[in-house]
Order: sequence, then structure tokens, then C-alpha cells
Amino acid sequence: MAILVNESTRVLVQGITGREGRARAKLMREYGTKVVAGCTPGRGGESVDGTPVYDTVVEALEATDGIDASVIFVPAPLVKDAALESIAAGIPLTVLVGDRVPVWDVMEIARAAERRGVDFLGPNTLGVLSVGKGVLGMIGGRAESARSWFTPGGVGVASRSGGMTSSTGYYLCRAGVGLTTLVHVGGDGIIGLPLPAVVRLFESDAETKCVALFGEIGGSQEERVAEMMESGEVTKPVVAFIGGRAATKGVRFSHAGAIVEGGRGTHAGKVAALREAGATVVDAFDALPAAVAKALEG
Amino acid sequence: MARLSEFTGKRVLSDAGIAVPRGTLATSPAEAATAAESLGGAVVVKAQAWTTSRAAQGLIRFVESAAPAGEAAAAILATNAGGFPVNEILVEERVAIASERYAGIILDDRRRCPVLLISARGGSGIEEIAREHPEAVAELPLDVVEGLPLHAARELWRRVGVHGEEQRKLAESMVRLVAVARRLEARSAEINPLVLTADGRVMALDCRITLDDAAVFRHPDLGIDVARELGHPPTPLERIAWDVEKDDYRGTFYFLQMCERFGRGQRVVAFHGAGGGGSMMGMDALQRHGFSVANFCDTSGNPPASKVYRAARILLSQPGVDGYFGTGSGVASQEQFHSARGLVKAFLEEPLAVPAVVRLGGNGEEKAIEILTGYTKSLGVPVECYGKDTPVDVCAQRLEELVGSSTPPPPQAPRRRDKPVERPYTFKTPTGEVTYDHAVCTRCESKACVAACVPQILKLDDGGLPVLNVTLEEAARGRCTECLACEVDCRALGAGGGHVRLPVPGLDEYRASRGMQ
Ligand code: SF4
Ligand code: SF4
Repeated sequence: MAILVNESTRVLVQGITGREGRARAKLMREYGTKVVAGCTPGRGGESVDGTPVYDTVVEALEATDGIDASVIFVPAPLVKDAALESIAAGIPLTVLVGDRVPVWDVMEIARAAERRGVDFLGPNTLGVLSVGKGVLGMIGGRAESARSWFTPGGVGVASRSGGMTSSTGYYLCRAGVGLTTLVHVGGDGIIGLPLPAVVRLFESDAETKCVALFGEIGGSQEERVAEMMESGEVTKPVVAFIGGRAATKGVRFSHAGAIVEGGRGTHAGKVAALREAGATVVDAFDALPAAVAKALEG
Repeated sequence: MARLSEFTGKRVLSDAGIAVPRGTLATSPAEAATAAESLGGAVVVKAQAWTTSRAAQGLIRFVESAAPAGEAAAAILATNAGGFPVNEILVEERVAIASERYAGIILDDRRRCPVLLISARGGSGIEEIAREHPEAVAELPLDVVEGLPLHAARELWRRVGVHGEEQRKLAESMVRLVAVARRLEARSAEINPLVLTADGRVMALDCRITLDDAAVFRHPDLGIDVARELGHPPTPLERIAWDVEKDDYRGTFYFLQMCERFGRGQRVVAFHGAGGGGSMMGMDALQRHGFSVANFCDTSGNPPASKVYRAARILLSQPGVDGYFGTGSGVASQEQFHSARGLVKAFLEEPLAVPAVVRLGGNGEEKAIEILTGYTKSLGVPVECYGKDTPVDVCAQRLEELVGSSTPPPPQAPRRRDKPVERPYTFKTPTGEVTYDHAVCTRCESKACVAACVPQILKLDDGGLPVLNVTLEEAARGRCTECLACEVDCRALGAGGGHVRLPVPGLDEYRASRGMQ
């Protein structure tokens, strides 16, 4: 099963003719992802490494037998229009890889997605990878690395930090714990599918037995996961690490999301909320694999 | 500085039709006195500093005439607000107040929209008010496209017990405040206190507006010179770092100074992170081993080696650090040898005089470790490099051991190469210039540069000398990715004829001002 992407997900790459889009489309394909079409305004009719390029998303939809997800690789100022196009076309999942997308643009994207009843991941996300099945975005970098780092199993990984998504997955697999899907929800403050939404997907995925969370200070995502555990909406074991214990209040450490404003989103508050809800929270990141292994047994 | 000073914030509010007190900016006691004079004598003198509770720190003072205004300004300018000096002072008319309220726009991560937050009680912090007087506070989520309807603003104020003419006027101000937040793409816009003056005007007595760093490029009119939220006005070194970053969209470079005044032996280290999550874990690990960091730095998002090099040079321009510590997530998707080459070039040029421990785990880590440790042997200080299977705590532990055991080498002059060369072959890169001294290349057997060039844009000409195999324009427009291989590998394996010049504007002047070469 896995969540968000699997071997039959049909993928559109918006911005496929750009340097980044071309390179990433190739890596996604090398990992086994079904990239069926590309889209770049004004470049319809071309082809990139064998993938046909269309001028608009609707045109790509009409020319294929369907598109399940679109991954956007365009410069930040152009992300809003590309995302609104994919959402308007009703693509069920749009992945916004771009960094530095203005937050008011993201709020407009979120409004459009809610009205259309579709999802988006990001912005500022490395994407999502289902082990051995497919990848949207750039988790793992080279396909061969992704294959050697991640092995299949029963743990779902959801992370607010891009780099730590792969790291969490790698250290779990090295400890003999395999994975279903790794999701980087994006480093910004306002995002499409936050940790609670991803945990909900893992909850309903038959293959996933346990969820490993990499949380961070700031915002309310971890607290919302705790609320879902309290209410019984989430029943699978959750094992978490929360980064940023030493961060100074009010100081932003490059992650737009990782900021403590007022009393909200503190490290201590998140740890307490998760523990009270029954999650295992490890104090040292290195202790995560053993704790996950234990949760799988229990 | 993705935050507007009170003065700029008030100017923006006033342009949008929200009244503010008459006021002038002053940078000296004399200017403050003159400003007070022209405002009629009785004024309030306010430090333009980014610290909370200015009043309690004596950074806001009420005076009755011009001479005391000058004295108040002198006292404020001599104060250190949160470790940073006060440079600007706002001198404002005093207004008679009938009531004090609060209004703010914040962005809500849960509902993914702006929220208007109001309170019938103003003055102190909104969190405090919400805790002590929940009945005085109300909020309204806003439609990001449609904004705030006037009737909804009136109803919101009614809910917290504000009626009549004041309600009507406050509601109008709310519509304007929402429009300001939207126009500026603010992350937050608060007016506190928002007052009704004795003569019946709604007026913003203080405001705090923060902007979205990612949107600052769309607002050149605001004159933001450093689009970063730093928690203090930018330091000279932070400005230099921002100049490196601002037009270079290849990856991200983030630099923030945590303290400026420290010396050798105080266990303060230069910190070079890659990625926010891994960086925070790295800083936590350093703290556990008794270190504090001089700065926070993050080069991530697949930056070219040139950006990592510039970052490292800026980090090494902090005199008094006891070590250099670098770490990313441990399992990075990006090729790690680019960062390794950037660090090697900076370390050799400086030359590095303190121990360095760098964790470069992820794709290409074996090569990265080989480059970083192999090419820095001549430095005389230990440089250790680890991959994904070494936990960050072990790296911090190693730094602790190295700092404890190593004796710093005598100070050496920088080994930058800016001497003219004999037979230069030169081309421009996106942010610098590559030069091969063909006089040296003739004697070089390895021709390591050609094989090492990652995008493979070099070839040997008929005479067996390295030249471009793309046009000069192509190299300058980005075919040269500034991977630095042709310099770094040439230093180690060739005859030393390759050099990439990557200027960092303002850095030499800054170093001179801090007594560094
Ligand atoms: S390795 Fe250095 S010295 Fe040798 S050819 Fe290349 S640039 Fe010249
Ligand atoms: S010329 Fe080649 S090796 Fe040298 S910096 Fe440019 S890309 Fe790198």
C-alpha cells in the first residue's frame, strides 16, 4: 500500500524543461516512478528524455489516461500560478518542492486546494518516497542511494526537516527496521499536508504499523498529532524526536517553521503533549531506532 | 531585517489611513532636542530597538521640553539593548488618551489563513491579556483573497464590548490594517496600543510589523537591506553575508551572529550547519559538550562550492573562536564533495588555525572525506571529517578532545593568491573568475583540473594546456558551476596553476576593522 505515491501513481512534472526539473524527473524515473508527462508553458510539443511536454496541465490530462500527482519545479515567484493550475485541473496531489515561496501565495494555494478538495505537499519539501515503489520530489538524491539507504518494512516516517527525513529513514533501516513511506512535510510555517494529516494517512494504511516523527519547535503540528492520539483517531504507536531544544526563543534558524513565538510551539510543550497522549518521545535522536523497534514489538 | 522599525511601520500605517502621532527620527541628542522643539516641547523619546518592554529598560522616556529630550536621547543612545547598540530614536508628540485597545494580524498555521485578533484592553502583551481577560479578546479568520468586510469588523468589536462611534472608527481602521498586511505580505502586523485620543481619533501609538523574508523582493519600496529575521539590527558581518546571498539563488546561505565579544579559551566555536533540522541537532550536541556557538550558519538546498567557501570565510572572520564545527543531517541527498571543496579552499587560504570537525554524511561522502582531510594536511591543525555512520555527538566529542589537546600554531599570513600570474588564461564564472597560469600548467603532469571539473567544461588544447570547451559566455552564465575542483584538486594533485577568485565584498575591510589580516 504505502501512502501518497506507489508504483502505479501517474506523475506530471511541471517545469520539466528547467535544469532542476529535468534532472529530478530523470532521478524519479530511475527509482521506478511513472512520470507520464511534463508541462512548461510555451514548450508544448517538445520532449524531455522521452517524456512528452505540454503547454498546460489540462492539455497533459487530456493527452494521458490520467494524472495522480504533479511535482512542481519552478522558481519560487512562479510557484503560485503553477500550483493553482494543477489544483484547478483537479490533480489529487500537488508537490511544491520550491524553497522561499511567499507565505501569502501559499495561503492562496491552500484556499484553492480546500475549495477544489485536493491536497498539496510543501512548499519547501523534499517530497515523498515509498520504498521500492516511487518518489515524488528528491528524497534520497540518486536512485541508487535511495535503494541502498531505505529497505521496505512497516514504519512510516514523517518529518518537518528535509535532511532529517532521509537521516531518520537511513538510521531506522540500518537498525533493521524497514519503512513504508517517508514524507517531508516541508520546512515552512504554512504548508499543505502537515504532520497530523500525514499521520492520519499512515493510520489508514494497512502496511504501516508504527509512525516515526521528526518534529521541530514552532507551530502546532506536533500538538495536533497528540490531540488525534487523545481522541482515538490515531491508534498506531507514534515514536517522536523533537529538534531545537537549545534554540533561543524568537530566533529563527533558517526554517521558517522553526520559530518559537510567544508561548506557542515550545520544545517542552510539544514533548509533554505527545507523551501525555501516549507517544514515545526520545530525548536523543540516536535513541530513535531502538525505540521504534520496541514499539513495533509491543 | 524582515522587521520594520516602529518609525517605518508607522509611516506605512499612516500612508494607509491609520493615524499615528507626529514624530521625527533622530540619531543624536541635538537632533532629538530640535525635533522636540518643533513638536512643541512635551514629547516621548523612544529607542528604535527590537526588544520587548522598552519602558522598563528606560528606553522610552517622557519629557516636557527640548533640553530634557536631548538628555533622554543621550541616555538612550548610550544603552545596550539586548546586547546591541541603539542607533535611532523616535521623538513623538504626546497624545491624550481616552481608551487603549489592541489589534493584530497573525498568520495561523492551523487554519492556513490570516487571523485578525483584537482586544478591548491594550498596552501589555496580547498573550498576557488573553490569559487574564479572555472576555476582552476576540479573533476572526480572514479569507486571504477577499479580506475583511467592514460589517464583520464592527461585529468583532461589539463582541468585546466596544460600542458606538468608537466601534465604527475602529472597524474602519481594521479594514485598513488588513489591507496593509496584505499589501506588505506581512507575517504579523500588530498595533498596541491602538488608542482613542481624547479628541476622538483612532491612533496607533506603537506597532510591530514583521515581513515574509521570501516576499521582500516584491517590496523594494520598503528599503529592506537584509531580508532576514535576526532578532537584532543586522551586524556588519551579517550584512556582508546577506550580500553574498541576496542575488545568488543557488542554494541558501543563512548567517546569524549569536555573540560578537568573546576570546580564545572561552569555548566559543564557529558553527557551519547544512539544513535546519540537522543544524539544530548539531548545536544541541555542541552545547552538551560545553561549547557555545559564535554564530548560526546554514548552507543548504544544494549550494555551489563557491557559496560554501564564502560562508566559511565569513565564519572564519570571527576572531577568538576555539574551533570550527560543521554538520548537516548526516544523510544528505546532495553530493557532499562540493561542500568539502568549498571548505578546503577557505581553510587553506585563511589559513585555519583552530581544530575543525566536519560531518559530511550523505551522497558522495567518501570522496568528500578524502578531499577535506587529505588536502588540509599542510595546515598544522587537525581537520577531521566524518560520514553518515558517525553520530553528531561523537563529532562534538572529537572537537572537545581536539580543542583540549591542540596548541594553536603561530599566526600566519593569509595564503590568498592575488599576485599577477605569468601566462593567465582567464574566464568569468557566475560570481567570480577562474585563472589558469599556463606557464605553470606547462610543467604540470597530472592536468588534474580537466578530469576533476564536475560539469566537464574543460579540455586540453593542442599545446596540452587546460582551456574551456564551452564558450566564455556559457561558462559565465552557469556552465561553470563554481565547483572549485579545478583549484582545489590542482593544489593537491597538479602544479598549482589553477585559481578561482571569488570576492566577498566588504570582508577585507571588516577583517581589518577587527584586527585580522
Ligand atoms: S592541474 Fe593545475 S597546474 Fe595542472 S594543468 Fe590544471 S590548472 Fe594547470
Ligand atoms: S571550471 Fe570546472 S572545475 Fe573549475 S570551477 Fe568551473 S566547473 Fe568547477
